[in-house]
Amino acid sequence: MADIRNTFVGIKSPNPFWLASAPPTDKAYNVERAFKAGWGGVVWKTLGEEGPPVVNVNGPRYGAIWGADRRLLGLNNIELITDRDLQTNLREMKQVKMNWPDRALVASIMVPCEEESWKAILPLVEETGADGIELNFGCPHGMSERGMGSAVGQVPEYIEMVVRWCKQYTRMPVITKLTPNITDIRKPARAAKAGGTDAVSLINTINSITGVDLDSFAPQPTIDGKGSHGGYCGPAVKPIAMNMVAEIARDPETHGLPISGIGGITTWRDAAEFMALGAGNVQVCTAAMTYGFKIVQEMIAGLENWLDDKGHASLSDIIGRATPNVTDWQYLNLNYVAKAHIDQDACIKCGRCHIACEDTSHQAITSMVDGVRHFEVIEAECVGCNLCVNVCPVEGCITMEPLAAGSMDQRTGKPVSPIYANWTTHPNNPMSKAAAE
Amino acid sequence: MATGHFKEGIAGGRLSAEQYADNFSDLHPPFDHHEALVEADRCYFCYDAPCMNACPTSIDIPMFIRQIATGNPLGSAKTIFDQNILGGMCARVCPTETLCEEVCVREVAEGKPVQIGRLQRYATDVAMDENKQFYKRAEPTGKTVAVVGAGPAGLAAAHRLARHGHDVTILEARPKAGGLNEYGIAAYKSVDDFAQAEVDYVTSIGGIDIQNGKALGRDFQLADLMRNYDAVFLGLGLGGVNALRAEGEDADGVANAVEFIAELRQASDLSSLPVGRRVVVIGGGMTAIDAAVQSKLLGAEEVTVCYRRGQEHMNASGFEQDLAAANGVTIRHWLQPKRVIAENGKVSAIELEYTAISGDKLAGTGEMLRLNADQVFKAIGQSFVPAHLNGSAEQIELEGGRIKVDAEGRTSLAKVWAGGDCIFGGDDLTVSAVAQGRDAAESIHRALTSNGRA
Repeated sequence: MADIRNTFVGIKSPNPFWLASAPPTDKAYNVERAFKAGWGGVVWKTLGEEGPPVVNVNGPRYGAIWGADRRLLGLNNIELITDRDLQTNLREMKQVKMNWPDRALVASIMVPCEEESWKAILPLVEETGADGIELNFGCPHGMSERGMGSAVGQVPEYIEMVVRWCKQYTRMPVITKLTPNITDIRKPARAAKAGGTDAVSLINTINSITGVDLDSFAPQPTIDGKGSHGGYCGPAVKPIAMNMVAEIARDPETHGLPISGIGGITTWRDAAEFMALGAGNVQVCTAAMTYGFKIVQEMIAGLENWLDDKGHASLSDIIGRATPNVTDWQYLNLNYVAKAHIDQDACIKCGRCHIACEDTSHQAITSMVDGVRHFEVIEAECVGCNLCVNVCPVEGCITMEPLAAGSMDQRTGKPVSPIYANWTTHPNNPMSKAAAE
Repeated sequence: MATGHFKEGIAGGRLSAEQYADNFSDLHPPFDHHEALVEADRCYFCYDAPCMNACPTSIDIPMFIRQIATGNPLGSAKTIFDQNILGGMCARVCPTETLCEEVCVREVAEGKPVQIGRLQRYATDVAMDENKQFYKRAEPTGKTVAVVGAGPAGLAAAHRLARHGHDVTILEARPKAGGLNEYGIAAYKSVDDFAQAEVDYVTSIGGIDIQNGKALGRDFQLADLMRNYDAVFLGLGLGGVNALRAEGEDADGVANAVEFIAELRQASDLSSLPVGRRVVVIGGGMTAIDAAVQSKLLGAEEVTVCYRRGQEHMNASGFEQDLAAANGVTIRHWLQPKRVIAENGKVSAIELEYTAISGDKLAGTGEMLRLNADQVFKAIGQSFVPAHLNGSAEQIELEGGRIKVDAEGRTSLAKVWAGGDCIFGGDDLTVSAVAQGRDAAESIHRALTSNGRA
């Protein structure tokens, strides 16, 4: 059996699945239930500074979008950091950590961008026995209007400054949580590293409006006729999050910096993908909020099963394995040729591949052959775009088959070249480097 | 159990009032809103969808289902009614398992088609419940059209003609409009007087005058119509019932299944409707199944359908056969009736002969079977009765015993069109009758208005 025990910036947990700082980790009751269900760790919902706690709206806090059968695909929220008293949280954290010494317990913190504020709270957190801290530089609503959360995360200089304070005033490992509401995720990651962070975690939520009430003409979730952008999460954000994880993992300046991957992780496969791109562990929220804590059992079993199946002994065998394969478009091999292939036995003849290709792409799939409804790729037209694969409702029915070097590409009428050649050397590229002399 | 359950002979009151109500409740209860959304989400929105091609009225099924899924049930209903103004009844009575749902790609993929019929009912119910009318009459053309028969074909033709601004008079022999929708469908397929509600919904477009109790050949002649109207549409249905050609079939207790079904549909108190303790139904089509199942539901102890060929030859769909079996009806094959045995003039048994195909002909094997029966229903097909048509005008041309029409529904007479079960080449389905009525109306419209222009 593969070993899925995880050590992340020195913090040990029985598996790499942590619950992210969010409503599921708001208090001892929830966290106890999560640990009983099998979660490897939690990042306790963000603590604020001592004093009267923040208040939340008393109307809807969440909005959503759905796929077929009303499967939740994306969730947005306008809840703020913990609205419970700091001391209550600290007391509960200490008790939970005592009850569950083998699980990771990390405190998320958000206090004003002043040295004194950070200096004041860090010893209090350290006293609970928490394994580490996560700096919430990501919350995109409410708190950001007060100069915290993503308002910090969008200014690399602030990130570096606060991380430096934290490293100065606590022995605990520091994880810097990044906001995706920024044009280049590498900049805040580099700043966090410069400040001495032990790790980054990403992504936090994305500014979003999930819907508009077409009777009241108000954005959703609607609070007394008005709405504010919320933070978007769930399966819909996974591709955005994975790109950002990969960007940091492959950036020469931050390569090797531990990453806690967050963003729409719902199954073991999602987790494995994040880790392959360079995440040392993962954090989950929306999946738990959709289905309850039990889903971690599927994640654990699925990850173990996959590792065993592929002969990987532990997580270190797969972490970062996909990172070197993430490159820039200009380095993709333009001599690689693939064609769609439709498995006629698996085809249920819905015709969606045909109409997608016919209306919106390359007219490369038949709908009728010899008077019979029949969907087949016309290789002379197929550019290998993969759209048919993506719209087909039957998994594995349409596949992209690479053409072997030397075989004829019927579309171009030329044999497939065995030589790797990318845009940088392509004759059509005015900047082509090989064109000189 | 009611005391009359095992009463010998043909008797009513075999069941309790609750049992009658339960037995004749909706066969397929309507989808609620949630169920409709879940089912609608299963549709793949196929290209050139097989379901649509299988529908005799060519309803754009992927589109109407998508409209349900996107919260636009009224738009969905309009998509249905655009092609089939009797979409509500068709949703209830279409043998979807041999039409749209049989070719649904999810049937191919999973053996579980999208429940198109029930979704169609959902959308049409929403529109009809709020009496949403989608069509306005065009400017009056001053043209008049007589429609003979207020069945599915006649109603579909009348609605389309009225839409185009023509004035329509429907002449119907029976006391109520609706044709087989009113008189010929098992009660559990059309509850709550749906057929009449649909007639009202269809005719509320205006310009359609239904005259009941007017029979062709008795109260008026075809020649009168040809003289008094600009065009005539014949949607006569099938008036005749095929005989058993068995000895003694005149005995008391031998009845036509279609009459039994009609009587049942019109009964206000099912307990007053007598049914035999042991019932034998001769035939293999939908009518046979409807009569057999309803006999069972009325409290008959033993109901047997006898069909002269094999299971694979039955006109009743697999679904209908399963429905019969689930209700405790026994279906026996390769049996043809030879002799009805009566005691004191009343049926007591029926003697049947086993059959086999020898060469390409069906023949009796000589082996006999006797089934005790106090009621025998004939359901071996209906026939067109042309007598009412002829003699009053030029002969209308027939083919295979029914009216011959071209692709647009034109008969051999210049001003006369026809559709529904009375024409040759049909498949005796409600939905096909609707398609024929609709298409004949378009043909009439073109003829009356010089190619569609008034």
